[in-house]
Parts: sequence; C-alpha cells; structure tokens
Amino acid sequence: MIAYIGFFLILLAFLNALILISSKPLLSRFTPDYDSVILSSSKLLFPLILASFISLIISFLIDDFSLKYVSSNSNSLLPYYYKISATWAGHEGSMLLWCLVLSFWTFMASIYSKDLDIDFRLKFLSIMGLLNIGFLAFLIFTSNPFEKNLSIPIDGRDLNPLLQDFGLIVHPPMLYMGYVGLSVVFSFAVTCLLKHDFKPEWAKWIRPWALMSWSFLTLGIALGSWWAYYELGWGGWWFWDPVENASFMPWLITTALIHSLITCEQKSMFKNWTILLSIIAFSLSLLGTFLVRSGILTSVHSFANDPARGAFILLFLAIITGSALILYLKNSSKMNDKTSFNFFSKESFFLINNILLVTATFTILLGTMYPLVLDILGLEKISVGVPYYNSVFLPLMIPLVFLAGYIPILFLSNKVKSQGQSKYFIISFIIIVLVSLISHTLFEVYNLSIFIGFFLFAWITLNLIYDFITKLISTGSIRFFFKNIGMFMAHLGLALFIIGATVVENNKIEKEVIMNLNEKLDVGGYSFEFVDINENIGPNYSSVVGHFKVYTNNKFITDMYPEKRLYNSSEMPMTEAGIDPGFKRDLYITLGTMIDQDKWSVRIYHKPLIRFIWIGALMMAFGAILSVLIKRRTIKVVR
Amino acid sequence: MKKRTLRIYYVSFILLTLSLLFFMFIKTFNDNLLFYRSPSQITNSEFPDNYVFRVGGVVLDGSLTKSKDTMNVKFSITDYEQSLDITYTGILPDLFREGQGVVIRGKLGNDGIFYAEEVLAKHDETYMPPEVLDSLKNNKEVLNKTTKSMKIYK
Repeated sequence: MIAYIGFFLILLAFLNALILISSKPLLSRFTPDYDSVILSSSKLLFPLILASFISLIISFLIDDFSLKYVSSNSNSLLPYYYKISATWAGHEGSMLLWCLVLSFWTFMASIYSKDLDIDFRLKFLSIMGLLNIGFLAFLIFTSNPFEKNLSIPIDGRDLNPLLQDFGLIVHPPMLYMGYVGLSVVFSFAVTCLLKHDFKPEWAKWIRPWALMSWSFLTLGIALGSWWAYYELGWGGWWFWDPVENASFMPWLITTALIHSLITCEQKSMFKNWTILLSIIAFSLSLLGTFLVRSGILTSVHSFANDPARGAFILLFLAIITGSALILYLKNSSKMNDKTSFNFFSKESFFLINNILLVTATFTILLGTMYPLVLDILGLEKISVGVPYYNSVFLPLMIPLVFLAGYIPILFLSNKVKSQGQSKYFIISFIIIVLVSLISHTLFEVYNLSIFIGFFLFAWITLNLIYDFITKLISTGSIRFFFKNIGMFMAHLGLALFIIGATVVENNKIEKEVIMNLNEKLDVGGYSFEFVDINENIGPNYSSVVGHFKVYTNNKFITDMYPEKRLYNSSEMPMTEAGIDPGFKRDLYITLGTMIDQDKWSVRIYHKPLIRFIWIGALMMAFGAILSVLIKRRTIKVVR
Repeated sequence: MKKRTLRIYYVSFILLTLSLLFFMFIKTFNDNLLFYRSPSQITNSEFPDNYVFRVGGVVLDGSLTKSKDTMNVKFSITDYEQSLDITYTGILPDLFREGQGVVIRGKLGNDGIFYAEEVLAKHDETYMPPEVLDSLKNNKEVLNKTTKSMKIYK
C-alpha cells in the first residue's frame, strides 16, 4: 500500500515538474500571473519527492519484500539503521535520492532567488525544472524503486556486507548534495547565456552555491576515501579507481570555478570562461553518474546492470551538455568580457590556477575514458596504471599548491607595492626552504618528495598565518577576521592534507606476514603480540576475532581486534580491520587466511599522519561552508 | 629588429618546452597502460620478458593449493578453452574462491606460469568482472553454465 503511495507521489512530482516548465509558454497567453505558478511549483517538488522517499524508507523498515528493490537490498535480520540506509544502497533507491536532492536544490534556489530580477529568476527555475524532469523520467521509466516482485520471497537477499557500514549511511547523500548542487550553477550559467550577460552581482549570487556544492563534494569524496580505508581492508586511501576519478573530476573543475568566480565578481573578467566551467562541472558530474550507474566500470557502485539505464543517462548527458555548449558557442561572444590584464596580478594567478586544474582534470579524464573508448570500439582491453596518475597529476599540483600559499597574500594586500611584495616573497621563500631542510630530523625516511611536501605545507601555513595575523593587527577589525576565516581555514586544510598524504605515502610500513599464536612482531617502533583468536556471533553474521596486544618500548598501549566475518544470508566473507587511530599514526591490522592451526597470515600496517588527510579535507569543506554562512550575514545581495 | 628576434626565441622556447612536456606526458601514459588477455589469448611471443599485464578468468575448481608455511598459493584460471597456472605470494582477497571470476596483474614466466603481483576479486559474490564475462562470451554454453550457478539478477 505504502509503495503505491510512494510511486504515485513520484508521478505527481513528474507532473508538477511538467507544469513548472510548461506554464510560461502555455499560460502566458491567458494570464500574466504565470510566474506564481512557476514559483510555487518549483517549491512543491521537494515535499512531494521527500514524501515518496519516506515511503520507501518505511517499506524497508516494515520488510515489504513484495518490492523488488527491498527484497534485493534488505533482509529481515538487518539492523534497522542499515534498513534505512539500504534505501539508497542500490541503484533505484540512490536515483530516488538523486531526485530528492535535485528537488531540494530547486527548492532552495526558488527560496533564495528573490534578489534576482523576475525574468531571470523564472528562466533559471524553469531550467532547474527541466533537469528535474529528465531525472524523474529516468527514475520512472528505467529505475522504479517501487517495482513489485512477481512472487514474494520469504526473506530478502540482504545488503552487500561492504555497504553495511556507517560510511555508506553518509557518503552517498553528501556526494549527491555536491554533484547535484552543481545543477544550480549549471542552470544559472545557462540562464546567463540566454540573457547574454553575466553581471558581477550575479557572480556574487552564484558563488555561495558553487562553494556549497564544492564543500559537499569534498565531504563526500573524503568520506568515500575514509570508508575505503577501513572497510576494504587494504589500508589505502586513494586508488585512482575510475569511480573515484568520476567524483574527483567535477571536484577539480568546481575548485577552478570558485576561484574564477572571484575574478568575475571583483573585476568583471573571465565571464565566458566561468560560464564554460559551470557547464563542464555539471557535465562531469553527469558523466560520473553515467560511468558509475551504467555498470561499465568494475566497482562496488555497479549493482545489477541494465544497458537501458546507461543509454538513457548518456543520451541525457548528450542533450544537456550538447545544448548548453551550442548555446555557449552562439551567445558567449555577445557577452561583454574584458580580456586584457596585467600579468603580475591576482587575475593572472587565478588564470594559472584554472589552467592547472583544467589540465589535471583532462589528464584524469583521459586515463578514465581512454580504456572505455577502446573497449567499446572492441580494439583492446586495457587499464591505466596508478603510476600514470602519480607521475602526471602530482607535478601539476605542485605549482598549484605553491600558488595557494601566495594568492591569498596578493589577495589581501592590494595596497602593498609590488616591490615590497617581491622582497617579502624572497625572504619567506628562503625561510621556508630552511625550515623544510630542518624537517629531515623528524623523519626516518627522507627523500625529495617529503621535502617538497613539507615545503608546500610550511609555505602555505606560515604565509597564511603570518599574513592573517599582520592584517588582523593592522586593520584591527573583527570584520576582517570573519570575512577571511573561511578562506584561511580551507587553504590550511589543503596544507594539512598535503603533509598527511606525503608522509603516509613515503613513510608508511606495510607488512604481510604469517604469525603463530603468541608470536611477536615489530613494526615501526611498535611490537604486536598475537594473543588469541576466537569465534563470535553477530546479528547477521558469524566471525573469528583475533586479539593483538600492542607494546611500545615494552609498555602496553592497546588491544586490537581484527575480524573476519561471514554473512549468513549471502555467505559473503568480509574483513573488518582492527584500527588503533591516533593523531600521529594509525595502527592497522587485518586477518588474512588461516594457514594452519593457530597460524594466520596477517597484514600489519603503520600509517603515520594518515588522519591529516581527512582532517584536511574536513577543514576545506568547513572553511567553504563557513565563508558562505558569514557572507550571507554580512553582505546583502543587491539587484 | 632585436626585439623581434627576442620574441622569436621566447616563443620557440615556450613551444619547445610544451612539446617536450607533451612528449613526456604521452610516454608516461603509454608506459602505464596495462593490457588484458584471457588465457586462450596468451602467446609467448606477444610481450617482452617481464612485461606486466593483466589476465582474467574463472578460478578452476579444485586447482587451489596453499602452502603450509608460506603465503604462497597456486591455482589455475580458465576461460573454458585454455587454462593458465598462477602463482601468488600474499593474502588473497576475501571474495577469492574457486568458481569466482578474477582479474590478475603480473608477469608471464618462461615456464608458462603467470607470476601474480595483485589479485582482484571484487566487492560482490555474484559479480563477474566485465573483462572476464567478455572472454567467456565466445563460449555460450559454458557461459550459461557458469552464470546459472551464480545468481545473476536483473
């Protein structure tokens, strides 16, 4: 019953979206009041889809196995919180979540767009409506989560054990908030193209939306990386897997976008470029959806595959991106864009930032798409190895990060003469090289990449802090503090991320060994004793749990319990790592296989500073959110 | 005139650097491509010695042997036309089992044994890696047999 209501609500939402886009051409002949229809229907989408989403959650909670989606992703023994999160664990439900998030952004756009002029606002919302229609149609015609089973199974097939985890509960909603938030930016850019203009105040209006999407993307990607770290049992945090790349590409472009928007807003420059970036950003997030949902990639995200779905998204992608780009080619020249600027200015540094980010995105795109294209053409099955990404992507990032430590200074010190700047630049450069050289006392293993990593870390942090404090003292205003704290935090987060990633990749210790019971092993200054191994029964699995005692300098520190589970319904084995997290290092143990009685193969890892990776990402995301919240309070958008 | 020659030097310098970078980029890209072969596609002469590539297939029933005191395992994979012996030292992924599709990265030895560096069996017990599924497609009958035993669902 509840499932029928849910599906009916989706149909209503679809109808509502149709009204939203057709009211202008249809109603404008009869009544001048069509705009209120657009405004209210753009707000109505969200509650409709939310109600439908809730009815799917209820279907999961009451174990309604007459629904195909419920019976293939849940099980009566599943704990209730995983029943809720199973709602978006499979393809159909996650597409419903996608539609929910899209309608949410439409709702927000409708509420907060009062400051835009009415014609612009209506066009903008209609384009959002168009996107809603596309995805609702996708949901209804190819991926209906409320589809019935022909015969009702007694129990469900259970949720993939890898997905029975906190990471899954939060990772997809965050990532979708980011992906779909870009639809707002996209619709806005297209509206600008339709209006042949991109005013600085419009740039000011759209930038918080780009920032919000960016910080959700950052959170989503970081959560995904964290999940992979503790759940896949290899202790890695990034694999350059095509699915990861799919989320990373829009992130890079959005990073470029939030920087170029500053120039648009302040100097009324790079308008065409910014609009192009907005279109590309959303197109890449659609491409990511296509790659992940069509099942042409091997990953945890590819569920049951249906070629029709891939074809639909590809077609949708072609239509959306194609028409936006055609519009861009036609109308971009009509925009009043300033193109000449001084090389030693903020703008040109932003330009370099953008060029580097776009180039990096292109190299990742090539590595992700080339194998697929060759495969589809039936030429060759290849994959691109991880060393490619490391040796191409990282060199591109070094100058970019170098700029990140320099731009904010340029940005804040408009009044400082260039001569004073170059002096400051040289002095700080020398100091930081010295500091970085001293850093070798901190690390046992020391090489060029640690030096570079530490240099960039010190470069950003010291420059930022020095500049922030001197400016704070010289202006002495609390307003300065609030205006820049978000940017400050985000860049500091980047620095933390860099030091974390550099140190963990260069100084980690990974051992794969066979251990007998009561044997001791030394890894990275810690001594691990294999004390015991026991059987254990969980709510929907049985497991063996190893017990390790960890000592350093003969002093006991902690117990660790790596686990090997076997899930009842799917008979799927799963490794649960034993992790001892710490600010300075993580200790990480996983059980391999039983070699003989009381003899196991185990992985024991020592991962220094790995937490800095996620702490850094969190700081970036919160920095962005903070700056949006503060800007909303201090600056009132003018028409 | 002098300014012009300077500019020519300048521009040609940039072009040279860019083309050098581009060349290095293409080379890195090419060096890191991993080819995929199914057991029946493997020939001894195709790749040079110690060339890393990927193979894939279904782990042959009854072929898995484990060493008693090292982490070495030996098994065979098959596409139901040819099979290939694999040797690997390390911890196998959770989902590795006989009858499961796997993709393996490594080198082909002169003895005809494939020395694995990495074994991938991914994420879901009913899931067949697309590459493996493709190499089984040549043999429809076998494909039906294997997929029937695996719960493939729409």
